Amino acid sequence: MTHGEPLLQVRDLVQEFVVRDRGGVKGGVVQAVSGVSFDIQAGETLGIVGETGSGKSTLARSVLQAPRPKSGSVTFRGTDLVTLRGTRLLQVRRHLQMVFQDPFGSLDPKWRVRDIVAEPLVAYRTGDRAARRDRVDQVLELVGLDPAAHGGRHPRELSGGQAQRVAIARAVALSPALIVCDEAVSSLDVLIQAQVLNLFERLRAELGLSYLFIAHDLALVKQVSDRVAVMYLGKLCEVGPGDSVYRQPLHPYTRALLDSIPSTDPAATRAASTIKGELPSPIHPPSGCRFRTRCPRAAELCAAEEPQMRELATGHSVACHFPLAGTEGAVSAASTTARSAEK
Amino acid sequence: MSDALLEVDDLHVTFAGRGRELRAVDGVSYRVYPGQTLAIVGESGSGKTVSCRAVMGLLPQAAVVTGSARFQGLQLIGLAEDRMRQHRGADVAMVFQDPTRSLNPTMRVGAQIAEAVRTHRQVGRAQSREEAVELLRLVHIPLPERRCQEYPHQLSGGMRQRIMIAIALASRPRLLIADEATTALDVTTQAQIMDLLLELQAELGMALMLISHDLGLAASYADEVIVMYAGRIVEQAPARRLFTHVRMPYTQALFEAIPRLDRPAHSPLPVIGGRPPDLAALPPGCSFAPRCRNAADDCRAAAPPLTEQEPGHRWACWHPVDAYAGGSGGVVPPGYGGAA
Repeated sequence: MTHGEPLLQVRDLVQEFVVRDRGGVKGGVVQAVSGVSFDIQAGETLGIVGETGSGKSTLARSVLQAPRPKSGSVTFRGTDLVTLRGTRLLQVRRHLQMVFQDPFGSLDPKWRVRDIVAEPLVAYRTGDRAARRDRVDQVLELVGLDPAAHGGRHPRELSGGQAQRVAIARAVALSPALIVCDEAVSSLDVLIQAQVLNLFERLRAELGLSYLFIAHDLALVKQVSDRVAVMYLGKLCEVGPGDSVYRQPLHPYTRALLDSIPSTDPAATRAASTIKGELPSPIHPPSGCRFRTRCPRAAELCAAEEPQMRELATGHSVACHFPLAGTEGAVSAASTTARSAEK
Repeated sequence: MSDALLEVDDLHVTFAGRGRELRAVDGVSYRVYPGQTLAIVGESGSGKTVSCRAVMGLLPQAAVVTGSARFQGLQLIGLAEDRMRQHRGADVAMVFQDPTRSLNPTMRVGAQIAEAVRTHRQVGRAQSREEAVELLRLVHIPLPERRCQEYPHQLSGGMRQRIMIAIALASRPRLLIADEATTALDVTTQAQIMDLLLELQAELGMALMLISHDLGLAASYADEVIVMYAGRIVEQAPARRLFTHVRMPYTQALFEAIPRLDRPAHSPLPVIGGRPPDLAALPPGCSFAPRCRNAADDCRAAAPPLTEQEPGHRWACWHPVDAYAGGSGGVVPPGYGGAA
């Protein structure tokens, strides 16, 4: 808080979906996101790592109010988006943009590149036709595409990397403050992926962008993030600076994720055991700590009581009763109120 | 002649259409030995999948396949479809990327496995059902009797891939080809499936071929790695050696582009520009030359042959990375990918 107001402040965000059985009878409630809190400072990149079913994509969409979360607050530059309606929400949302995983799925196949990138400018009635044309040229060059060569093409005439650049150009056209990237490079080949990652980094430096960077690949997330949050079954289990999460993971799930990454060094010994079993159902999540059913350190306490986020090292917080590297003192101190992920 | 299980020699696959000739696979040769894990790594369009499907006889009619592929002496190229059908699945089985599309959504998984058992061996229904349960147990599916009664949509992605592996193993194949079999899975599930594959390989004495875009996965789990680019093999070496003595600049670029945990955040990734060449209009020389930092005039004039230039290590390059001197910028550092 001493840093002044964060760009984005998310508190106790909850998103649930009702599953209907035959005949429309309420079958259960999927607890997709259950009380997630984090901050993003201006110019900062927060990475969120999670596996399929962890709720990371739902989290991204809830932040953008698409759809609106069930409860909690999303404060962007001092305004709570959850309370905004209609044009007020639209005016704020132009500062928040999103890049999706499948570039071909998120670009209209019948439109030309130039029109795709101009669409947000038209939607927000920015400038006149000539000004918009200039802006489109400008952002296409910014993402490394040639307006003359690529502007008139259709998405199918582009490679995967080029199509993703178009999606990025569209996202930056309105000069947003924050871009939410949901698996934005996951479908690209490794050499193209590296090019697009470097593009994200360049745009961050040149335009002062903040990112909420969501992916399943921990190494990839760490590459672009100032801080990394690990998500499991709708909750954040660890938040901290990328380096310290990697060098000294506190949550057993983070450890398991790190151990599962294939090392490019064949001489490195593979971790003997990775986590076993399957992700529990988000309709009936385990009581207490949601990871306890697969956790090697689980004890009775873990089933009885839900661990709260607490800061064990500077800026490095964990929600675990028995963190891996926490000192005894830190554990017993158990300052359960240290919930904030600020700094 | 030799004790190789599969001998592929000078395999070519071309797709003709619209007056263009696409050279998807352009003279590929390799051996697979019993009990070995061989990885074929490459980007989209490198020919890694097409070369395997050619060996399995799974390419569309439009594909022209020439060259030789012998499985225990049996020539597979040009083999009549009924003979191929006997061989495919029985001696060589394949696991694909997307288990959802490979499984029949309207059949219980137990019945699908039992069907695979009956297809390859003369056993009755009752026995095939028992074997299906055994196979599920082999791939570590808990409560196999109950899972047999379930439909594919009731299972998670990792479970479905285990079912696919169970079906592939029904015929007790000598060679299992996993084509991007873990690509769609989460990293923890991927580790579980890879551990399972290696365990089954040791238990059943199979050879395993991993087709993957992920050099990290290949280096981590394979004995031998083949790197393909634009339809050709550009480097081949034992996994450990490839990693310490990478010679082909393309392989080096692949290694460097992988985000690593021990790299500081926001550090620019070493990238190469450009894109893989159009397979219908390959450049006359080395097809990687337009993107290569070591490229010289001779690279653009003639394609370098793939030759064994050091024991067990083949590469196709006129100006290889000097792995020993540590010069030439950006040689893979020691402790690569390891926890520092």
